[in-house]
Amino acid sequence: MKFDRPAEANASDRLLVLGQPHSRVEGRLKTTGAAPYAYERQDVAEGQLYGYPLGAAISRGRILSMDTEAATAAPGVRAVVTTLDMDPLPKDSHNVNRLFGGADVEHYHQAIAVVVADTFEQARSATNLIKVEYHAEQATLDLSEVTPPETEPAADTGDFDTAFANAPVTLDEIYTTPAQTHAMMEPHASVAEWKDGKLTVWTSSQMIKWWRDALAKTLSLDVEDVRVESPYIGGGFGGKLFLRADAVLAALGSKATGRPVKLALPRPLMTNNTTHRAQTIQRIRLAADNDGKLIALGHDNLSNTPPGGDGEDATSQSLSFYGAPNMRIVNRVAEMKMPESNSMRAPGDAAGLMTLEIAMDEMAERLGMDPVEFRALNDTQVVPSNPKQKFSHRNFVDCLRHGAKEFGWTNPAPASRREGHWLIGQGMAGAYRGSPASTSGARVRLQADGRVIVETDMTDIGTGSYTILAQTAAEMMGLPIEKVEVRLGDSRYPVSSGSGGQFGAASSTAGLYAACVALRAQIAERLQADAATLDFRDGEVHDGTRSVSLASLASDGELVAEDKIEFGEFRSKEYELATFAAHFVETAVNAYTGEVRLRRMLAVCDAGRILNPITARSQVIGGMTMAVGAALMEHLEVDSGRAFFANHDLASYEVPVHLDIPEQTVIFMQQDDPYSTPLKAKGVGELGVCGVAAAVANAVYNATGVRVRDYPITLDRYLDRLPEV
Amino acid sequence: MTIHDMPKGRTDGAVRFVVNGKTVNLTLDHRVTLLDALREHIGLTGSKKGCDHGQCGACTVMVNGRRINSCLSLAVMHEGDEITTIEGIGTPDALDPMQDAFIRHDGYQCGYCTPGQICSAKAVLEEIRQGIPSHVTADLDHVTFSDAEVRERMSGNLCRCGAYSNMLNAIREVEAGK
Repeated sequence: MKFDRPAEANASDRLLVLGQPHSRVEGRLKTTGAAPYAYERQDVAEGQLYGYPLGAAISRGRILSMDTEAATAAPGVRAVVTTLDMDPLPKDSHNVNRLFGGADVEHYHQAIAVVVADTFEQARSATNLIKVEYHAEQATLDLSEVTPPETEPAADTGDFDTAFANAPVTLDEIYTTPAQTHAMMEPHASVAEWKDGKLTVWTSSQMIKWWRDALAKTLSLDVEDVRVESPYIGGGFGGKLFLRADAVLAALGSKATGRPVKLALPRPLMTNNTTHRAQTIQRIRLAADNDGKLIALGHDNLSNTPPGGDGEDATSQSLSFYGAPNMRIVNRVAEMKMPESNSMRAPGDAAGLMTLEIAMDEMAERLGMDPVEFRALNDTQVVPSNPKQKFSHRNFVDCLRHGAKEFGWTNPAPASRREGHWLIGQGMAGAYRGSPASTSGARVRLQADGRVIVETDMTDIGTGSYTILAQTAAEMMGLPIEKVEVRLGDSRYPVSSGSGGQFGAASSTAGLYAACVALRAQIAERLQADAATLDFRDGEVHDGTRSVSLASLASDGELVAEDKIEFGEFRSKEYELATFAAHFVETAVNAYTGEVRLRRMLAVCDAGRILNPITARSQVIGGMTMAVGAALMEHLEVDSGRAFFANHDLASYEVPVHLDIPEQTVIFMQQDDPYSTPLKAKGVGELGVCGVAAAVANAVYNATGVRVRDYPITLDRYLDRLPEV
Repeated sequence: MTIHDMPKGRTDGAVRFVVNGKTVNLTLDHRVTLLDALREHIGLTGSKKGCDHGQCGACTVMVNGRRINSCLSLAVMHEGDEITTIEGIGTPDALDPMQDAFIRHDGYQCGYCTPGQICSAKAVLEEIRQGIPSHVTADLDHVTFSDAEVRERMSGNLCRCGAYSNMLNAIREVEAGK
């Protein structure tokens, strides 16, 4: 099905099942420990051995030799495979750093060997017996040492320099955001079986097709000989988008031993071995007239990446969020040999809004304006860097106004409110995140018992895919949700959008819609009726004169239909599709110790039709929680002498815990966007992480009167500036 | 170290303990953690390995009525112990009220930390009932249920999906229903 013009009224609009607050359909499995994650697939291949990886102990250089004699002779060891045993393995297009093979070391904890043994303990122990001689070279990971490369602006509209120089009210500040790690709870893990020239990998992947293609390329196999399965994923956040070393090492171990091998990346290896969000240094310049209308907006970003990568483009939202006639947007990327910077939840916008939304707060104060009103005044219904392009739907101003009212926004003066030992502050921020969509397919199988089975290689990384897909099929086929079984994450199923970039929910439900339309057409043909006149409800199909049960239609064998949704250019070229939010936060800062406690958080979101208010809300509060980490604690510490991230475990890289998170309220504006998909839905999984950190930062400023422009807002950055007590 | 320098002597040992009401006899490498004994040797994979270093709480199980991080404990130390894992708390067909409350309040997303969270949640209610104080207890002689107590006591169980406030709602409801 081609989605080449805005959706009209259709069968998904009934909202008997879609849009309803259904609990997760896989909930009983997850809460009882019965959902099988990758490393737990003891059922899938007989005789599994254990693999354990070795990571490089230098950040850059060359391996001179590896002595594996002791490891090979250690108890239980079946194979030792080292990076010197092979040339660098071919790299898939999504990978920036290579995963295995060859003597060159590109970054700390790059995988350089795998030991396979009968038990986990034997494999781990033997890995420690491998002796490696290195030639280490000086490396750097420190962005502040870099000379920013000359780069063409992504947008240069009007006359930025003149407008900025002549404006009555201006801001020109530098902000920084640190490197962050996904820290999903399930480590990267795979079981691999390489047998008779075919490879099967049970893994933890957000994108089944990407992994399948990458495994074929990296291991020089035909793609038809590679199978990938990933029905349960213990979190991804971008860290499991494309092939990682766990699957490669397990496959190589299986090839070497002729047995299935399972391997998980040890937690302390994950940070430097896999990907992270790049650190950024951002210069923001704002200029406004005395009424608060923005005249100029400049955003200049610097981040780092291994050669060939993209870094963290913190300017991406600045092209589209606020209207300003003069803009200069520049994204600079410094290349260095380093652990791979790549996508982490809302790549670009998350880091960009952390800073832009502080700058907007500062600017409002310079103008003497309420920050809510300042943002509302600078709303735009066209893309400012390309005014011919309209937003399909944009209700940011209502998010701001509604949020201010619900929250009890009073715009108090900085450092003006105190309760006992605590300084109390309010902060707010706007949020913007694009709503892309990509081709997505699905298969539906009507069974003789009246059930429908859905098959697609879509993944559920905690996002709720199982549930919203079940709701989509139930809605389209007129069934209760219990009559739908959703099967995901298998490369034998039709290729979907996968999970990432906030495109998964909108794309995969649209693909399933297309498959259901195809099944409805097949049923119509069988009934010699016009598909448009059929009414599917309560497990039956009605054509005005007769009613036929769905079960009876499949009594002679299942009915199978498959289709995919393809999105026309109007969706991305003629219109800009995006999601918007306003975030409000109340903080308490201890007047003596500087400790920051959050008291309450509110998000008001404009994100199209909400397919399931429970799972959508969870996506948003989850994003808000991750953003509290970004605001107050998360920071990969660069060891500048040795060029690696030093705090590479969950004790030293702090993420929010129960005690950090207060009452969270989420309000959805609930407005269909027919330009998005046939279901008029958009993504919401990344919107929640956007802007929230700045709302926290602004609330800390409001409580204390101390402005911090470097994240995370830790005591060392402001304790000595707190008001006198 | 070479192979010749490796420690000599017995590297495994027999252990007997009770898991979810069933007696288990195992001969295990002394290095096997309780978590890996459960997952790899008994096939109870409900308890999760998130970090293997006692930093995340995903491996939380009950031992003799107290919750522990099973990754920080060697299996052979548990001779005679009574161990309860998530599989012993409830099953898909017979949910414990805490599991049911987690589902209804959406106290999870990816589900990986969830068994540990549920084990901890049940233990937290029991600890409060037994009058065991925490860091946020104001009056050490009178420990009472509160949101602050739950948040403090649950803080050893990380959830990167960020379902904390939903979990609190679930725990609150279970407490109120008792």
